[in-house]
Amino acid sequence: MIISIASGKGGTGKTFLATNLAKIMESQGVQVLDCDVEEPDDHLFLKPRIKETINVGIPIPDVDEDICIHCGKCSQVCVYHAITDVGAKVLVFPQMCHGCGACKIVCPVDAITEIDHIVGIIEKGRSGDINFSAGKMNIKEVAAPHLIRKVKEHIKPDVISLIDAPPGTTCPTVTAVSNTDYCILVTEPTPFGLNDLKLAVEMVSQMGVPTGVVINRVGIGDNKVETYCREEGLEILLKIPHRREIAEIYARGEIVIEELPDIRNLLQGLADRLPGLIEEVTRV
Amino acid sequence: MKEIVVISGKGGAGKTSFAAGFSRLTGKNAVLVDADVDAADLSLLMDSKILKKNEFKGLPTPVVDMDKCTKCGKCVELCRFDAISPDIKIDTLLCEGCQVCYNFCPEEAISLKECPMGEWYVSETPYGPLVHAKLDPGGENSGLLVSIVRKSGKALARDMKKDFIITDGPPGIGCSVISSLTGADFVCVVVEATVSGVHDMERVMELVDFLDIPSAVLINKYDLNLAACSSLEEKLGQQGIPVIGKFPYDEVFYRAILQKKTIPDMKDVTPYIHDSFEKAWNHLVSLVSKVGQNLS
Repeated sequence: MIISIASGKGGTGKTFLATNLAKIMESQGVQVLDCDVEEPDDHLFLKPRIKETINVGIPIPDVDEDICIHCGKCSQVCVYHAITDVGAKVLVFPQMCHGCGACKIVCPVDAITEIDHIVGIIEKGRSGDINFSAGKMNIKEVAAPHLIRKVKEHIKPDVISLIDAPPGTTCPTVTAVSNTDYCILVTEPTPFGLNDLKLAVEMVSQMGVPTGVVINRVGIGDNKVETYCREEGLEILLKIPHRREIAEIYARGEIVIEELPDIRNLLQGLADRLPGLIEEVTRV
Repeated sequence: MKEIVVISGKGGAGKTSFAAGFSRLTGKNAVLVDADVDAADLSLLMDSKILKKNEFKGLPTPVVDMDKCTKCGKCVELCRFDAISPDIKIDTLLCEGCQVCYNFCPEEAISLKECPMGEWYVSETPYGPLVHAKLDPGGENSGLLVSIVRKSGKALARDMKKDFIITDGPPGIGCSVISSLTGADFVCVVVEATVSGVHDMERVMELVDFLDIPSAVLINKYDLNLAACSSLEEKLGQQGIPVIGKFPYDEVFYRAILQKKTIPDMKDVTPYIHDSFEKAWNHLVSLVSKVGQNLS
């Protein structure tokens, strides 16, 4: 069972939910996959012991100038302007390359081979009984979707997988949420939260991923998010109250449910319900 | 004319609240740019009226002509983005627009369709003009859309003889962040005093350093973790990065959003926050004015 945790707006509580839910589910077999590769933070809370670090690269072209006839076809076929034939030499711009392979396929003299350009790493380890994997994109790189796809190759079929997705609604988020059984959208009861929730709902419904909503910091804003969810027939899975002490525990990098029993009970309720709920929506 | 980009690394640090508040304090002497095209919220903080609407076209997406397709599977094999299913259905959300399937289909059964990926707008607000956008969910090429809104903001600022462009940047360190930073005059990094906030700020700072843009830091929610805050201040001091202000974790930030107001409008509620806000802006202006004259 693969559950993605996403949100349109950043800072609504995805990481909080992913890490605290993982702690609750620890005894039943759970893994966390941090796919927020631009800002991976799950390790700060789960403090896993990292046992393996894997380099992730994208295949970028390497041109053999002895074979190249400078026909310019590679430049023409590349929509990302990542390879340019300037006549005497073929220039490659690794940061612009998406690794699609078009230049290699089109080259009539097979002058192009592919080499790995490292865009980030995957760290794997354990935090207690929680299986942990996190993607970390290198600075200056843009290939977040590729790294996310690589992190998702570490999904274990025999446990519950919690995917912490990046914020937003564009390609990195779509890649993280795609092919998951259920998507939990985390939001807050403010006009920002509502606006960005609507965009996220549009995204998941286009993707056909069943979804439910967690409203965080309830009490700080208005009830328009709840009204919207009711009107759209979106299930409100959980309402987490706004409390300063939650923010303070989180700010220290600690696990909130370990210090606040009532929040543990709230999240336990969600953890108990999720498997049945997901089975139900998947059957439909 | 100087462009100040407000970023944070981590989402929810307060970028939009500060960008809106700063623009309010310029006294209509700024063009506002919302470069967070995934989740553009700046217009929600003010009464804005759209003056001009433009279509945004991303990269063209492939369409399969099922009459010509022989289901040979070549495109499935070549697509590195898992965007084509075995029964030759293209998932446009996963498609990165590389055109490999179009270029190498042996039956020439795939064509390209230019489709709108979103819109961008020029709006009027009580604090000056605002350039913003809405990228369709799953939309490609957010970096390109970011550069379009920034370019348009720059042209507008030049035409209207504004001294500032205030750009609300996206979270993260990826393509849209790089796109919102390149060529900017100054970066204001909003960091929340939390373990994750500081971690994410350090990552985005590396990018700012690499791009060699002068920067200052604004610490938000400083009282959530006082230890993290003081070690952050110490570190920034060693690096010579100025801290232009410190703000407490206060509900006034939420209340302002609900009332469609900026923090400087909330003077009656939290006068001390208002004062720190003004001080932060003045400090920022003095730092920005020291940056070499922008020739463009």
